Amino acid sequence: MTALVPYVTGGISADWTDYLLAYQEAGATAIEIGLPFSDPMLDGVTIQQASDRALSRGATVVSILQDLDRVRGRLRVPLIVMTYANLVFHRTPEGFCRELADAGISGLIVPDLPVDEAKPVARAAAEAGIDLIPLVAPVTPDDRLEQIAALGSGYIYAVSVMGTTGERATLGSSAAGLAARVKAVTDRPVLIGFGVSSPEQAAEAGRAGDGVVVASALMRRVLDGATPAEIRETVAGFAAALEVSADYAYAEVSGDRR
Amino acid sequence: MSTLMTEPAAGRFGDFGGRFVPESLVPACDALAAAFREAWADPAFRAELDELLVVYAGRPTPLTPARNLSADLGIELLLKREDLAHTGSHKINNVLGQALLARRMGKGRLIAETGAGQHGVATATAAALLGLEATVYMGERDIERQQLNVLRMTTLGAEVVPVGSGSRTLKDATNEAMRAWVSDVDRAHFLLGSVGGPHPYPWMVRELQRVIGVEARRQSRTVPDVVVACVGGGSNSAGTFAGFADTSARLVGVEAAGGAAMTNGSPGVVHGARSMVLQDADGQVAEAESVAAGLDYPGIGPEHAHLGAIGRAEYHTVKDDEVVEAVRRLARSEGIICALESAHAVAWVLRAAGTPELPTGSRVVLTLSGRGDKDMATLLGGAS
Ligand SMILES: Cc1ncc(COP(=O)(O)O)c(C=O)c1O
Repeated sequence: MTALVPYVTGGISADWTDYLLAYQEAGATAIEIGLPFSDPMLDGVTIQQASDRALSRGATVVSILQDLDRVRGRLRVPLIVMTYANLVFHRTPEGFCRELADAGISGLIVPDLPVDEAKPVARAAAEAGIDLIPLVAPVTPDDRLEQIAALGSGYIYAVSVMGTTGERATLGSSAAGLAARVKAVTDRPVLIGFGVSSPEQAAEAGRAGDGVVVASALMRRVLDGATPAEIRETVAGFAAALEVSADYAYAEVSGDRR
Repeated sequence: MSTLMTEPAAGRFGDFGGRFVPESLVPACDALAAAFREAWADPAFRAELDELLVVYAGRPTPLTPARNLSADLGIELLLKREDLAHTGSHKINNVLGQALLARRMGKGRLIAETGAGQHGVATATAAALLGLEATVYMGERDIERQQLNVLRMTTLGAEVVPVGSGSRTLKDATNEAMRAWVSDVDRAHFLLGSVGGPHPYPWMVRELQRVIGVEARRQSRTVPDVVVACVGGGSNSAGTFAGFADTSARLVGVEAAGGAAMTNGSPGVVHGARSMVLQDADGQVAEAESVAAGLDYPGIGPEHAHLGAIGRAEYHTVKDDEVVEAVRRLARSEGIICALESAHAVAWVLRAAGTPELPTGSRVVLTLSGRGDKDMATLLGGAS
């Protein structure tokens, strides 16, 4: 069984937290919330546009975390924040991780924070009781994979393609090989993301790893005006392909300490 | 004192620098650092670069006494003439070095960002010379105001890709160039145009621009009181300062008032390095606003952040109208039309001369980073 982790850009619309509920209903195992950054270096055009829209609506770290109050109690799946290093360091790693923990967030992904720069954030995350989920790439050498596998906690995020986020016609050919290389050096579960665009690709990724992140394929539809109810169907399609059931818990795969 | 002299350990300049890039780029940055370290220690590589700098780029560039302005201002003003280097700015120094390095590493393609277009033109030039492909990312707003350089780049055979995101200027072009690099990292070299970005760029670009300062030091014979240069990302200033780091000369960087990361910014992580950044209370990077496309950038290279923090260099700002006036004044008094970017340094000297900031009798070396042909349309259209 494979975890399904759909993504939403925090603050993209007034009712964006309804997407969280829709994802959960559709069978999401966990949900990734993007805290929008002005200069998303590793994002393709879809997430860039989503980030711009959220920022132009006035979304901030504080407002997005506060919005979560609206769904507290109703949301059972764990939430993982994905954002860029400047937003983390601007509030200090300690302050930022504490704010996340206070808002009920369980994990943190920072795509421009390689292991060599991550120590202060890893320490702060551990203290706050949230998982720092490190990223690995197809070009990461094996000795470095071991170093990365020793960083943070919870999942390892395998970036399946050499490129930015964004939809692609086929799943990166390096996804399966990378997941296997990670599994050879650690027992930590492996999330596969970047460019997973269709249920078929998700199923393929799911055979290689323990979880699949779907972002641009959903956010393009959100940008095009899809309602939470419509997106629920899209996510349900991915869930069916991955054979996830709605009561499947993040803790079972991540070794989450909560 | 290691600042401005040596390779920074782990790319760190005090609290600044480092390498904040996606994991996908870490091996490429490592390989680049190793390749540059090796090439820089290789006499054959140095000889090939030095030869190109002489027979192709026209180095050494002269140090021209600005006789009329000096008399007017009551100082001795010496202009380091990077405007006379091939392609019309200091950018060629860095580009020739990195392009030779790219070829040595077996890369077939150069990816670059450009603001004023000078770095893009230099990159297109080196690509033509060495038989490499060049793709240059440029903000749509800069494409409009630096048309001449766009035409030069396409004439040289480069592909110019317009960037329409964000402020449609250098910041956004840099984002897009980095994205392009992640997608073609095996074949392409990212030829960054200034002393920003992840390690090894701030160190490598400073070393490749050091030639400005080394020549100026030799040409000025005695140590000047003040060394001044404009600061966008900070490469012409870093290269100039490097030649005077171990002297008593005051090092002065001049920023655009609307893009003054040192003066109005705070520490942040953008484009791969921790440095000073213009940003809002939430940590979103602010959009800069300057008449000079090459200084229209909310960040600065990390070594400058460090030089400012330890007090070795000082940073001042000048406003657009002072800059436009400085272009005119230099043109009419010395017969030299400089770039709007370079005119920032001139504008500071015009304002400071005869005040305690730059007392009468001071001896000043000013790096004139580029020539102003590209800016004629901007000067004609409104800024009068
Ligand atoms: C003529 C000229 N001077 C200065 C700059 C600013 O760059 P840096 O601060 O790296 O020298 C530029 C950048 O485009 C330029 O074209």
